[in-house]
Amino acid sequence: MNIHEYQAKALLEKFGVPVPKGAAAKTPEEFINALTELPEGPTMVKSQIHAGGRGKGVFTNGYKGGVKFCKSKAEAKEVAARMLGNTLVTAQTGPAGRKVQTVYFTVASDIKKEYYLAILLDRAASRPVIVASTEGGVEIEKVAHETPEKIFKVVVDPAFGLADFQVRDLVARLGFSGAEAKNASKLIRSLYAMYWETDAAMVEVNPLISTPTGEVLALDAKVSFDDNSLFRHPQIVALRDLNEEDPKEIEASKHALNYIALDGNIACLVNGAGLAMSTMDIIKHFGGSPANFLDVGGGATKSQVVAAFKIILGDSNVKGIFVNIFGGIMDCNVIATGIVDAVREVGLKLPLVVRLEGNNVDAGKATLASSGLTIVSGDSMADAAQKIVKLVATAA
Amino acid sequence: MAILVTPETRVLVQGITGDFGGRHAKLSLDYGTQVVAGVTPGKGGQFFDHGAHHIPIFNSVADAARATGATVSAIFVPPPFAADAILECADAGLSLAVAITEGIPVKDMVRVKRAIAEKSMRLVGPNCPGVVTPGAGERSQGGCRIGIAPGYIHKKGRVGVVSRSGTLTYEAVYQLTVRGIGQSTCVGIGGDPVNGTSHLDVIKMFNDDPETAGIVMIGEIGGNAEVEAARWIKAHCKKPVAGFIAGSTAPAGRRMGHAGAIVGGAEDTAAAKIAVFTECGIEVAVTPSDMADALVRAAKARGVALS
Repeated sequence: MNIHEYQAKALLEKFGVPVPKGAAAKTPEEFINALTELPEGPTMVKSQIHAGGRGKGVFTNGYKGGVKFCKSKAEAKEVAARMLGNTLVTAQTGPAGRKVQTVYFTVASDIKKEYYLAILLDRAASRPVIVASTEGGVEIEKVAHETPEKIFKVVVDPAFGLADFQVRDLVARLGFSGAEAKNASKLIRSLYAMYWETDAAMVEVNPLISTPTGEVLALDAKVSFDDNSLFRHPQIVALRDLNEEDPKEIEASKHALNYIALDGNIACLVNGAGLAMSTMDIIKHFGGSPANFLDVGGGATKSQVVAAFKIILGDSNVKGIFVNIFGGIMDCNVIATGIVDAVREVGLKLPLVVRLEGNNVDAGKATLASSGLTIVSGDSMADAAQKIVKLVATAA
Repeated sequence: MAILVTPETRVLVQGITGDFGGRHAKLSLDYGTQVVAGVTPGKGGQFFDHGAHHIPIFNSVADAARATGATVSAIFVPPPFAADAILECADAGLSLAVAITEGIPVKDMVRVKRAIAEKSMRLVGPNCPGVVTPGAGERSQGGCRIGIAPGYIHKKGRVGVVSRSGTLTYEAVYQLTVRGIGQSTCVGIGGDPVNGTSHLDVIKMFNDDPETAGIVMIGEIGGNAEVEAARWIKAHCKKPVAGFIAGSTAPAGRRMGHAGAIVGGAEDTAAAKIAVFTECGIEVAVTPSDMADALVRAAKARGVALS
């Protein structure tokens, strides 16, 4: 689960990580109240969406920049009015962009130097890792590729937590000294505590900055959480912003379906995540384009299959459907009956190819064949994928 | 000999009184697996009945192991309690715990992995279909089935299968069986980012197992476990290996069902992994329908008989 920058900053502050003073606003009326919380002077205005690349983003009305420096609070108020309610397109949002429903005002800090700091899971070590660099404010992937010697990693032993010597070493390698070093150490410890105690998946501060007066601050913050841990963090679940999620994905989660929208035209309905991913792959392999990832799970019921069909058909790009079920334990005939019922209930007009395999498959295939519906049967994944790709191409 | 478990392995089920655990305990009993005990705290002294089977339930893993000689646990307990269930197995001195539970917090698994590192117990999973060593009977009856895989699609034989994904494992097993090629052991290592047993761990066991003649390795986007295994195979593996990687069409940064299946950097994409497979002499299945045929090609090239 992702949260907005302003929410992340509030959480950071709670754990003792210094951030520039800021205030969020969701309506033009709230601008004045938010701005009164800040001192007069240079102010940043930041569009709050769950996607990176905001600074270089362009609004669909032509206004440039989702993050702006303003010389005064008066100017900040005007700039915020041009962002709020408009749609921002960045390198990460896709062409549709995201509607800005919250703006965040912060004091524009004086920057002496920018750094990079993140905490995430090191999968190879199965332990948390702190990744830091003297090169902040740029894409870390680029730094890793071009100047890997400027990236420092500290793997934390979960039995003991972040050790003092590790912090001292990291702070020294980043080139901090004196009061700055003390402040940086405190910030790193606080950030790690926040990562660990909130079950974060990733905490990324880019840039982390030092100021001419020796302060060390998190100028930006991107925080995501481990979905499996949300049951023990109701206060984090409360930060979820449904406006940032695809309505079809929200609907799917209500039916315990795992759905992710893609931009192709062949919809998939599959049991199992690995099989669902490879169903998308095989469509692509035979020249088609998958419209979604959809895992109905191990025990798909009739009502789930009906819900899945409705969600799939909510995507107007969809021109055909590929159902791929390996019924290991579950009865293929139950699935087949669910498919027939779903097709009747939604009045499906699009080509449908079904590949069933596994337990009681012959009865399942017979149910499909005797339904009187136009359902094409595929023998293997490859056979079925070729059939749906061909049907969609012919219909176009 | 197979790996990890044999038809003689004595198995206990943690969470046997739950719907999910109970259903699969029955299927394992029907398959002929030696399910000898159940564990549910607070229900010790009760019994789990299925047909002629009358399985004692214990309050703790230690009690169950002591009373029945069980050495392996199948874990079906809900996510908030699963980490504790794994630690309990390690403390009781079991040799293997297979965690089926999906949705265990990553932090819990980070701590569990650290805690069991110094124990002799191996963990398979979590979020996995389990382990099957097919038996010699009709439709592979009489084998050891731990977890949720459909037993009947297997066939006793000489191919080892290792995979992160459940249904994709069944797909591969089924393809092998319909071609008359049996399996030594099939291991689902699970789709989570932190798991007990890696592709490489299983590949090493298959390489050392005299009854395994060829290997199918199924992976997906995310992490570098498949790459690590592939490089080891190139240097050390004596047996033909076929590989498949799911997720070449997955968009970057999105979690595709499995918590571990998220494309981060350039190294963990499907294309990068497939390139390493090819470089390491692994026969790549071009589509998921090609997994068994890919192994047949690899075996033929090396003059190895798979059945």
